[in-house]
Amino acid sequence: MIQFSDVLAWIHQLLSSCMAPWLVFLIELVVASVAAVVALLVCVIIMVYMERKVAGHMQLRHGPNRVGWHGVCQLFADIIKLLLKECFTPTRADKLLFVVAPVLSLCVSLLALAPISWGPGLVLWNTNIGVLFVTAISSMGVIGILMAGWSSNNKYALMGAMRSGAQIVSYELSAGLSIVAIVALAGTLNTGGIIESQANGWWILKGHLPAFFAFIIYIIASTAECNRAPFDLAEAESELTAGYHTEYSGMQFGIFYLNEYINMGVVSMVASTLFLGGWQPFYLPFDFGWAHAFNDIMALKFMETWPAWISWVSLAWPLVWFFGKLFLIIFFMMWFRWTFPRLRIDQLLKLEWKYLLPLSIVNLVIIALIVVLGLHF
Amino acid sequence: MKALYNYLKEVAFAFVSLANGLLLTLKYFVTPWKSIITENYPDNRANPSVADEFAGEVILIHDENNEHKCTACTLCQLACPNNSIQIISKQVETEDGKKKKVLDKWVYHLEMCTFCKQCIDACPQDAIKMTNSYELSCFDRSTLTKILNQPGSKLKEKPKVTAKVQE
Repeated sequence: MIQFSDVLAWIHQLLSSCMAPWLVFLIELVVASVAAVVALLVCVIIMVYMERKVAGHMQLRHGPNRVGWHGVCQLFADIIKLLLKECFTPTRADKLLFVVAPVLSLCVSLLALAPISWGPGLVLWNTNIGVLFVTAISSMGVIGILMAGWSSNNKYALMGAMRSGAQIVSYELSAGLSIVAIVALAGTLNTGGIIESQANGWWILKGHLPAFFAFIIYIIASTAECNRAPFDLAEAESELTAGYHTEYSGMQFGIFYLNEYINMGVVSMVASTLFLGGWQPFYLPFDFGWAHAFNDIMALKFMETWPAWISWVSLAWPLVWFFGKLFLIIFFMMWFRWTFPRLRIDQLLKLEWKYLLPLSIVNLVIIALIVVLGLHF
Repeated sequence: MKALYNYLKEVAFAFVSLANGLLLTLKYFVTPWKSIITENYPDNRANPSVADEFAGEVILIHDENNEHKCTACTLCQLACPNNSIQIISKQVETEDGKKKKVLDKWVYHLEMCTFCKQCIDACPQDAIKMTNSYELSCFDRSTLTKILNQPGSKLKEKPKVTAKVQE
């Protein structure tokens, strides 16, 4: 079976044979990062269309159905509209910070992509602190939001930014604790290592109920971290703008919008890496003959004797699982958004500090007991 | 212990009630052909389903003899919250020499109407009603000022009250 690492090694050799080492490094760096960003942008395009369709159907409407087949070109029409709009700065706003804020939050979201493992051997930065890096970087997104709100010279934008900031900072805690739970189970911070440790079953199954609770807490906390409903209390009631980016227009607003979806993609990737086995297919953690047979079918073991070109097709198998899980979690987040009513700021902070955080601490203690006593599969 | 039990019970019930909502929207999502209630308006102009209660423009009811029931009492004009009704009346002399106020023009400003139905409620004669027409947009604002009484129409005379004949 061909692995992604074989393909990458082949490309590396091909480049090395005709170029200087520093040039090879530079080209690989650029190509890899562009590939990751393009993959994510394609995901964002699908996500935006999906959100509008999901929203429509859940609210007894059609969603976009005018531009193109079932409205699939609607997003491109929106992008053209945003590009044609003027980007203006309010008078007496802090011009530099105002321009930097959307770019900064986009950079922060894209930085969190670096240690994520897309497939076996397909990772931009294979580091032993991967998960720590993602949590550290994703909590920096609040800087962009506060910067945007503060520099807008608008008290509503500032208030919106502060509310979003309070929310992101507080929900960071329970998201972090549920990440720690899985790190304790897997015994590594390397995203590739965490995924490898799920080769005999996903942690959500192997870690018994506490891992499932950790998953639910992570989903709730990361929904809040992405500033999405039901936690989007910075959102203005009658406009399509959300507090901190009230004053932004054109593509500057577009970047904030893009950023929201990239954030969603990143948290879903982290959730699927930690709880649902990343690019691992669905494995059963049992030691019976039929479970092994099921796992072999899932790992496409039967393809090994097939002609060679089929193994090229099977290269896509982990990507199918990875993106399938990604969009499953994103569907869950959209489902929440179009079902639940928006929370008030006191309810929101109460939910975090009175319910989620105590429960996730207790959950972490139980997980620690499971790890120490070796009760997990 | 009671407090802890109540705390956990609260959390569990919260999840149950959230799951109820989620299941409802999931049902809508997976059965769009059943649940979507949007009218495909420009595509389906021929027979859209408009509710009978839908309040479109106000009309003055005329019967087959081109007679309406408006006595020009101006109660609808008084009831209208944003002055979209103007009742212009005139004095006429009846055959027996009495002077009488009759309707001259029933002016309706559709562009100001909020479709609140208060004029309908105020009318003592049931002379006006609201249709459920919904295509009210137009290119010229002046066409929205309408005169509702048809040319040549007149007040429908009430049948003379006759004394009951004792059997």
